Amino acid sequence: MAFQDNIRDIFKKELNGIRDDGIFKAERIICAPQSSEIEVEFPAGSGKKNVINMCANNYLGLSSHPDVIKAAHQGLDHRGYGMSSVRFICGTQDIHKELEGKLTKFLGTEDTILFPSCMDANAGVFEAILSDEDIMIADRLVHASIVDGMRLCKAQRDTYKHSNMVHLEEKLKLHQKARLKVIITDGSFSMDGDLAKLDKIVELAEKYGAMVFLDDSHASGFIGKTGRGTQEYCDVVGKIDIITTTLGKALGGASGGCVSGRKEIVELCRQKARPYLFSNTIPPVVVSGAIKVLDIISKTTERRDKLEKNTIFWRKSLTEAGFIIKDGETPIVPVMLFNAKLSQDIAKDLYDDGIYAVGFFFPVVPKGQARIRTQLSAAHDIFHLEKALDAFVKAGKKYDILGKSKKEIIERYGD
Amino acid sequence: MAFGKAQKFYAETLANIKNDGLLKEERFIHSSQAADIKVEYPEGDAPQNAINMCANNYLGLSSHPDVVAAAHAGLDRRGYGMSSVRSICGTQDIHRELEEKLSKFLGMEKTILFSSCMDANAAVFDSLLDNQDAIIADKLIHASLIDGIRLCKAERLIYDHSDMAVLEERLKASQKKRFRMIVTDGVFSMDGDLAKLDEICNLAEKYDAMVLVDDSHATGFTGKTGRGTHEHFGVMGRVDIITTTLGKALGGASGGCISASAEIVDLLRQRARTYVFSNSLPPVIVSAANKVMDIIASTTERHDKLEELTTYFRKEMTAAGFDVVPGFHPIVPIMLYNAKLSQDIARDLFYEGVYVIGFFYPVVPKGQARIRTQISAAHSMDHIKKAIAAFTKVGEKYKILGKTKTEVIDMYGE
Amino acid sequence: MSDIKNAILDYIKNEYLEEEDEDDIDFDTPLISGGIVDSFSMVSLKVFLEVTYKIQLPDSKATPEAFDSVNNIYELLNEFNVQ
Ligand SMILES: Cc1ncc(COP(=O)(O)O)c(C=O)c1O
Ligand SMILES: Cc1ncc(COP(=O)(O)O)c(C=O)c1O
Repeated sequence: MAFQDNIRDIFKKELNGIRDDGIFKAERIICAPQSSEIEVEFPAGSGKKNVINMCANNYLGLSSHPDVIKAAHQGLDHRGYGMSSVRFICGTQDIHKELEGKLTKFLGTEDTILFPSCMDANAGVFEAILSDEDIMIADRLVHASIVDGMRLCKAQRDTYKHSNMVHLEEKLKLHQKARLKVIITDGSFSMDGDLAKLDKIVELAEKYGAMVFLDDSHASGFIGKTGRGTQEYCDVVGKIDIITTTLGKALGGASGGCVSGRKEIVELCRQKARPYLFSNTIPPVVVSGAIKVLDIISKTTERRDKLEKNTIFWRKSLTEAGFIIKDGETPIVPVMLFNAKLSQDIAKDLYDDGIYAVGFFFPVVPKGQARIRTQLSAAHDIFHLEKALDAFVKAGKKYDILGKSKKEIIERYGD
Repeated sequence: MAFGKAQKFYAETLANIKNDGLLKEERFIHSSQAADIKVEYPEGDAPQNAINMCANNYLGLSSHPDVVAAAHAGLDRRGYGMSSVRSICGTQDIHRELEEKLSKFLGMEKTILFSSCMDANAAVFDSLLDNQDAIIADKLIHASLIDGIRLCKAERLIYDHSDMAVLEERLKASQKKRFRMIVTDGVFSMDGDLAKLDEICNLAEKYDAMVLVDDSHATGFTGKTGRGTHEHFGVMGRVDIITTTLGKALGGASGGCISASAEIVDLLRQRARTYVFSNSLPPVIVSAANKVMDIIASTTERHDKLEELTTYFRKEMTAAGFDVVPGFHPIVPIMLYNAKLSQDIARDLFYEGVYVIGFFYPVVPKGQARIRTQISAAHSMDHIKKAIAAFTKVGEKYKILGKTKTEVIDMYGE
Repeated sequence: MSDIKNAILDYIKNEYLEEEDEDDIDFDTPLISGGIVDSFSMVSLKVFLEVTYKIQLPDSKATPEAFDSVNNIYELLNEFNVQ
């Protein structure tokens, strides 16, 4: 204990710096289950307010779905609350095996291993399967958890420009001599909602003898005709060697992640992946809910179809209203505002009008690319979206940005 | 997607692990976590009843009816998952409540929740320290702390396990650094021994260093009222950072946290990568954990029962002639030294209805193989007596009762 | 000398910058600490220097500090008699 005032002051100063830069993250307290409409206390201590939630990863609306909750209740009764153990000591139940089997089947892979989160899956997988004779070649915009996993791995690292296949090919040529090569990408990139060019990536991988790693956290369950993810959308199911994904977004949203893919890789992760060996198993109550989620999405595409319909409606409505949105097909719909302060001001106005969406700016997105990221959910009904649209249009008029070009907005508000 | 070459390589790697006898096999449990469990082992066999002696279910709360009831209520009131990180739309009133309860219980200013203590440890160093600083860590700290340190740019110094003289040397050698942080487990999981926290705090104050303790194997049941190692040594208020888990004594589902001064916790909320970039703890877990905190803050009943069972088990196993690592913690390692012997005895015990695991290199040092038993308040005296009887029977079979370390090694090798 | 510096600068622009912001960097721009070259893709820069100038840069020399600006890189190359 030598946390004297001098140390305290240094940390205080850092915090003030973060506040001054306007990038302090303040948490909003939600006093309800996750849903399309939630009750929020913000700022902390103030009165509660009902808002439409446009910023959850609750893509399929399963986070508080009655069937999932029912399954969780049953799981609690049949298999208890916690396991108080890692997997290989006494933390594996029949239902863990069942869930792994269902994920394998759904993703069309050979085998699956659960992790406490996809963060942990990404943190552990590279070190478990690669060594210093190997090379990892990653898209420059991969998720932070992949970056951490790569930092923990002794293999060589390189990157390629975001979704730039010419550059990727250059890198594959450059590292031709490495023993094992892995191309690493997100399936759907969370800030822009764009999809990796997986078909091209697989083609290049075959040409240069590389494996493909895909983090499909923002795609599993709803991208592709039957929701199998980016690999289905790009028609390369069965050709991805390593898929990681999360149970923490579309798939019920509680917690958990996995590595799914070649059976040797999965087996090796069971022996060597550190977050798997040294961290608690996923609790039975979460596993039971997740099994139900997989049953639901394997049986019907109803929810993903509704999400698609909502997405099309929302994208079309915003565009027609005169907003600039990032093109694409995913339920991640960034409304471009370019200026950081403008993104914050509009988010605040929206909140006052009962719409909860978050403004993102540097360093989360590049400078001059500030935006409000909206995310659709199958839990939304059209009337939610109509209400949200009204609020967006009102704010758009107030700041006079409707129908304006990027250049015009930047001229007016700066970048 | 060019898996041929890699496949061959991975298949060979796996074969090597197997040949070295290091393959970890999972046993499938067909019941809730409890003193009595139903285990399928080997895979495909009919599940068999066994007394579980290897869970971190120290307080017996993993399937406690009140905790399960709180989880049910939480599901109904706050749902199953949040589908969001904390700072976007993943914070509920109950998350704040749990953080406050943990702060109060641990006697710290503020607390931040993580998905696991693994994730807490992964991020704490990188968020608080940089290359002007030094980390001085006990040699036997948990793997998750090691990973966190690997992700941080601070200089790394190591001291021999619980060796205060070496720790002092390291503190002297790093005096020019901006911050120093001493890092230790509160209780070391393989031996069940405690860090000398009183001496560590004295040295920290003498040399102006911070102290971080991972109290995963202590929170809830070590110290008179279960606050942890810092309570046991009477140094509450003198430890700067405590990391701990909800995944062991505190209900055993999942989750971890960091408790510290307000500034540190506030900064972690802004910076800790595993917090900023990973999903919020699910409401069902948070609700039950709130109940766990209420239970352990209101009574030491379970803690006292655990202590009583532990004392009995340690005494009787020693009297039966086993080589028990001395101490008072519910982690009770039975030393067997030889890796194969530890595996054989664990298997025989399973047939006798006692479920334990043999640990050997590389989890413990070479020639120090053991069976690690863990006592739980979920056990009854009857469970403990049955377990001792089974151990004694198997110990007789292998003729190790009353034998010294040298004699056991002479019989079975190292 | 400025030939070498310009060649390095060109390479960095092509490799690390998007078209839009290419004129923003000069010989002193902090590359790694400024977030232009992430530490992961330093390996490309290293291989580029080795191939272009026919040298071997030991890992001990290829530090983030040594690579932090075109001027720093130029100094490093001088140590290896690249002129
Ligand atoms: C000392 C220590 N720290 C951290 C952990 C990891 O905790 P969690 O299961 O919450 O990730 C463990 C569990 O194995 C541990 O023993
Ligand atoms: C691409 C990607 N990978 C991994 C994660 C982390 O997943 P989890 O919440 O399961 O740790 C996220 C979530 O933010 C993500 O967007």
